[in-house]
Amino acid sequence: MNTIFCLAGIVIKELYRRKDFYVLFVITAVITLMMSTVSFFHQAGIVRYLKDICLLLIWISSLVIAVVTAARQIPAERESRTIFPLLAKPVSRWQVVAGKFTGCWLACGLALAVFYLFFGAVCGAKEGHLALPQYFQAAWLQWAMLAVVISMVLLGSVVFSAPSANVTICFAVVAGILIVGAYLAKLAALQPPLAAGLLTLLYFMIPHLEWFYGVRERLVFDQDLIGWGDCALATAYAAAYVAVFLCATWLVFRRKALTA
Amino acid sequence: MKLSPGLILALLLTVELCVATSLQPRALAWTQGRASDQLMQVLLGDGRQILANQMFVEADVYFHSGYYPSMFDQAYAPTNAQHMTRDAGPQAGHEPDADTHAHDHHEEEEHERAMSFLGPPRNWLERFGRKFAITSHTHLGHGKEREILPWLRLSASLDPHRIETYVVAAYWLRQDLGKTKEAEDFLREGLKANPSSYELLLELGRLYYENYHDAVGARNVWNAALRRWTEQEGGKPDPDLAGLAQITVRLARLEEKEGHYAKAIELLELTLAHKASPHPEVLREQVQALRLELGRQRIPH
Repeated sequence: MNTIFCLAGIVIKELYRRKDFYVLFVITAVITLMMSTVSFFHQAGIVRYLKDICLLLIWISSLVIAVVTAARQIPAERESRTIFPLLAKPVSRWQVVAGKFTGCWLACGLALAVFYLFFGAVCGAKEGHLALPQYFQAAWLQWAMLAVVISMVLLGSVVFSAPSANVTICFAVVAGILIVGAYLAKLAALQPPLAAGLLTLLYFMIPHLEWFYGVRERLVFDQDLIGWGDCALATAYAAAYVAVFLCATWLVFRRKALTA
Repeated sequence: MKLSPGLILALLLTVELCVATSLQPRALAWTQGRASDQLMQVLLGDGRQILANQMFVEADVYFHSGYYPSMFDQAYAPTNAQHMTRDAGPQAGHEPDADTHAHDHHEEEEHERAMSFLGPPRNWLERFGRKFAITSHTHLGHGKEREILPWLRLSASLDPHRIETYVVAAYWLRQDLGKTKEAEDFLREGLKANPSSYELLLELGRLYYENYHDAVGARNVWNAALRRWTEQEGGKPDPDLAGLAQITVRLARLEEKEGHYAKAIELLELTLAHKASPHPEVLREQVQALRLELGRQRIPH
């Protein structure tokens, strides 16, 4: 376990040495603060559009951080040949995969914490109150969703030849799931039998990331809390997909030749 | 030849000054030669109408607190913006007569039926997923309608010829938010871009009548609305009869309250002649009642 956390620590250090997070945070903060100064018809108390925009930027930023950070982990180690001394420690390939995942996930957690602190500060200042349980649920479920994305990207990083291809494909897959994931069953009902069967299979196979995105909308529109039991089930659902993707990553990575 | 940095800087400043002086008249022409001087309009061209429509839909999404048909449920998407102003109950400013109430109730039922697009969940995954989505059909209320205003403002900036944007925004501004002056300014902004719009004149008349209690101003504006309607819709094979009924019935009520029964009868008969009311029998009864009043008025005491 110590080995995994040592590897994770290196990934976290990498996050705060690189400029990705700072740039994305500054962009989010500047856009949100600029939008908060706009007055519409001299009407006070308009805040939902601000929450909407701020949360959208947080979602985009956290996805960018997760995908870009995870995609370069294993290819960078191979390219710089630091993977050889790492594996000679001895560290097993499974520990490398688990360490990289833990590091990326914790790094995203830190970034999310900063983003949500900012979001809370903005909403608190505009609304005059803080819906802390709702913020916690939204942040937690987003973090759980990012775990699925990170594990998927790690699998991509051992399957695809270049990190750029992996990043592009993973972004397309995540966007596809968020946009049409919930409607695959509905679309299947309108198709001929073979296409319907394939769409239904796809519907049950993909991780339904759109559920987690729905929490963002609940937060924007001041909806009630989701049941904590349902939150726990959604977390378990995400954990199951993480386990599947990490096992697949390990299975591919353990047989992969490390030299080009 | 070696140039000093000071000379290079001077050269660059000179070039910048020359370019600026040649570009400035063109930049002025961009803003003067078009309907609006907003950079967005210059950049987006006709694409801004699509964006404006999207902004208006976003306002509708906010009005429904996020419960809205997706692109896969477009058959259920609201086809007009009437539900965005009608659902505020009797205080919504509609005439408190049986005709309008029955019509409103029917529209509300239709809207409620149209918005039941979710249906029962198809499988356990969908059932569980709905716990994280917004699944109840509600409309904003208690002053929260203000949340739709940014999208309406943006929509109007992108497409100043979209009438519904002005009507919906002005309705909420004057009705629940107490921003009568802002509502009037926004309607006048709309009228500046759409001088022949009878819908905007109708809404402006309501503002005069219901908020300023200015019957003379309201009559003038509604008469102008009726003229515009006749000019634009009178010759069409399929005119906007609902629009006509809204103008004439309101104007008739105003004339009735002012004691001008003959004028009120004339307006209600115009509505009946165009078959503009879904409940003509109610209007006929009102015409009869007005005739009686007119008769009494003409008999000297």
